[in-house]
Amino acid sequence: MAYSFPDEVLEHVFSFIQSDKDRNAVSLVCKSWYEIERWCRRKVFIGNCYAVSPRMVIRRFPEVRSIKLKGKPHFADFNLVPDGWGGYVLPWIAEMAGAYPWLEEIRLKRMVVTDESLELIAKSFKNFKVLVLFSCEGFSTDGLAAIAASCKNLRELDLRESEVDDLSGHWLAHFPETCTSLVSLNISCLRSDEVSFSALERLVGRCPNLRSLRLNRAVTLDKIANILRRAPQLVDFGTGYYAAELQPDVFSNLAGAFSSCKELKSLSGFWDVVPAYLPALYSICPRLTSLNLSYATIQSPDLIKLVSHCPRLQRLLVLDYVEDSGLEELASSCKDLQELRVFPSDPFGAEPNVSLTEQGLVAVSLGCPKLRSVLYFCRRMSNAALVTIAQNRPNLTRFRLCIIEPKTPDYLTLEPLDVGFGAIVEHCKDLSRLSLSGLLTDHVFEYIGTYGKKLEMLSVAFAGDSDLGLHHVLSGCESLRKLEIRDCPFGDKALLANAAKLETMRSLWMSSCAVSFGACKLLGQKMPKLNVEVIDETEPPDSRPESCPVDKLYIYRSVAGPRFDMPPFVWTMDEAVRILH
Amino acid sequence: MENDLNLKATELRLGLPGSDEPERQMIPRPNKRTLSDIVSEGSRSTTEEDHQDTAPPAKLQIVGWPPVRSYRKNCLQGKKDEVEGGTGMYVKVSVDGAPYLRKIDLKVYRSYPQLLLALENMFKLTIGAYSEREGYNGSDYAPTYEDRDGDWMLVGDVPWEMFISSCKRLRIMKGSEARGLGCV
Repeated sequence: MAYSFPDEVLEHVFSFIQSDKDRNAVSLVCKSWYEIERWCRRKVFIGNCYAVSPRMVIRRFPEVRSIKLKGKPHFADFNLVPDGWGGYVLPWIAEMAGAYPWLEEIRLKRMVVTDESLELIAKSFKNFKVLVLFSCEGFSTDGLAAIAASCKNLRELDLRESEVDDLSGHWLAHFPETCTSLVSLNISCLRSDEVSFSALERLVGRCPNLRSLRLNRAVTLDKIANILRRAPQLVDFGTGYYAAELQPDVFSNLAGAFSSCKELKSLSGFWDVVPAYLPALYSICPRLTSLNLSYATIQSPDLIKLVSHCPRLQRLLVLDYVEDSGLEELASSCKDLQELRVFPSDPFGAEPNVSLTEQGLVAVSLGCPKLRSVLYFCRRMSNAALVTIAQNRPNLTRFRLCIIEPKTPDYLTLEPLDVGFGAIVEHCKDLSRLSLSGLLTDHVFEYIGTYGKKLEMLSVAFAGDSDLGLHHVLSGCESLRKLEIRDCPFGDKALLANAAKLETMRSLWMSSCAVSFGACKLLGQKMPKLNVEVIDETEPPDSRPESCPVDKLYIYRSVAGPRFDMPPFVWTMDEAVRILH
Repeated sequence: MENDLNLKATELRLGLPGSDEPERQMIPRPNKRTLSDIVSEGSRSTTEEDHQDTAPPAKLQIVGWPPVRSYRKNCLQGKKDEVEGGTGMYVKVSVDGAPYLRKIDLKVYRSYPQLLLALENMFKLTIGAYSEREGYNGSDYAPTYEDRDGDWMLVGDVPWEMFISSCKRLRIMKGSEARGLGCV
């Protein structure tokens, strides 16, 4: 105590500590450090908006400038979470409007954002700079107009993958002529064919710091050159439509515009591509580190040609039209590749429409020594291939494999893929995210529990034989934060035996499994720090015997207690609230 | 509790429809077809046993699988110009006075009466009978939809197939507001 520094000195030291984990550690040292730290924390990340209430956050951290919130569970991306489930941001905005007048940044993921929320943001925060709405929904271009009009120092407006009610393209014109501060604008998700192009051009032209611009499909190929010439300083660009009849003057204009962008490192967009226009990119390809062609229905030969011009590529997103041959080319050309995502062009077709197999992934694992992150959709896999991949690439940190047909076995031996995935978790010691698919027994979970010590997120579907599988994961994976399971025969035993584990995780999702309503109630009773929520759209779970399995179950730790915005099809297992419901 | 787990009900099997299916109901799938539909499409006549040995010609769709986000599916869908099959046709349904919206898959229904019944069940309200002259006059609620042109139309005026292909979203209006919609 005799040696403690003045608060200002400590505060200055703490200002160099940015990571949440470190800040949390600092706050645990002693009471005075806790106090000093909480007054100077400027950024808060809340991984589950229901884990804590806005008031609690505001009470502890009174001087926040930047907040990041996540709402719905990940499986909401695949329509497993019914509309109206929750994740509303309005209560947060309403509280912060009063408490954080100097709030600068709001980043949201999978939340319901209404026009009212956007209008409130526009009105309440005088120094507002950054709005990122990642996979959000519930708002329209009217709300965007409010943001554009009021936020004088807006730096970032990023609507990536959000669902926007596109009422009118004119919202862009609401950016005042005095707005010159934009650094990043992502409107790629806007679906209408209307965009006020002249307003866009003028906006781009007057923002000299614009580094990232992602257009939507409304912007046709011939207009791209105009935009690029006004923003040659761009580092990241998302095209609109990249298709038009081949015209030499349009082509050369486009090629010229691209070549004038000396800083351009990242490209995306490419809705509807005419391959003949791809060579317009050749001048920038040598500098490209990130390329998203996952909407481009271009065939392997064209993809190969393009990719072979990009030796510095670190990140590639592509459709399975790339085929094994394309991936082999990638493996030989792109030695810096760190992340690969291959999406299915025909996810619901019964038969494969392209020649993409496990071979492509094996080739990339062999040829790309820096590969860390994989998302791969394919139709067949073998244990041998997975073992090879694991041995080639022990530095993998994210491995998500989706074999399209559920319960597909090793195509060579017809055995389950336990050994293959086992090799992945065994060799890839830093693996933090894993998604399983194919035919899998409880054995794979034994491997995962034994070796997956750094695993933070696990996604499981149509796998396992019994509760033992779930037990292995819950008892073995020390770093587990998020577990999402669908259509697996996991029931009450493993869940109840590992109830305490659930408090160490952010959340657990189980749908179409075998967890009984009785077990849910028991869990809710015994674990007050968990919110146990049952989702059932057909009828109340207590209209059936307690032994009946629940349809969907979402369990998450919370210090805020049960939430009060549950729709009728969500039941909380919190005794007190349930009785009132 | 353990003895009553009723594992059979949750046993996951990928058998053909009608072949000792688990009782637990899955969310309606857009490509539901009866066995006779599947058999009649095949070029050879086969028995049920034959079908169980070969790969099924029609893919039963499972909600949320494969895990592809809807905007990706929509992109590809549009390009392939597919008329049937695919992801189902989910449209938003709002009801005046309700705090949240629902979504339904229009492809599950074959006719207006089926759709209206489903809406009545989902929202616990009565829509009543449609008449060409009066619309839904006399009912508490009237179903309307937004078509491709952005106009709000009364459900029931056009043939079902035309409705399915042009409906973007549904709104169930309170009868008092809807009065007059049916009278031309």
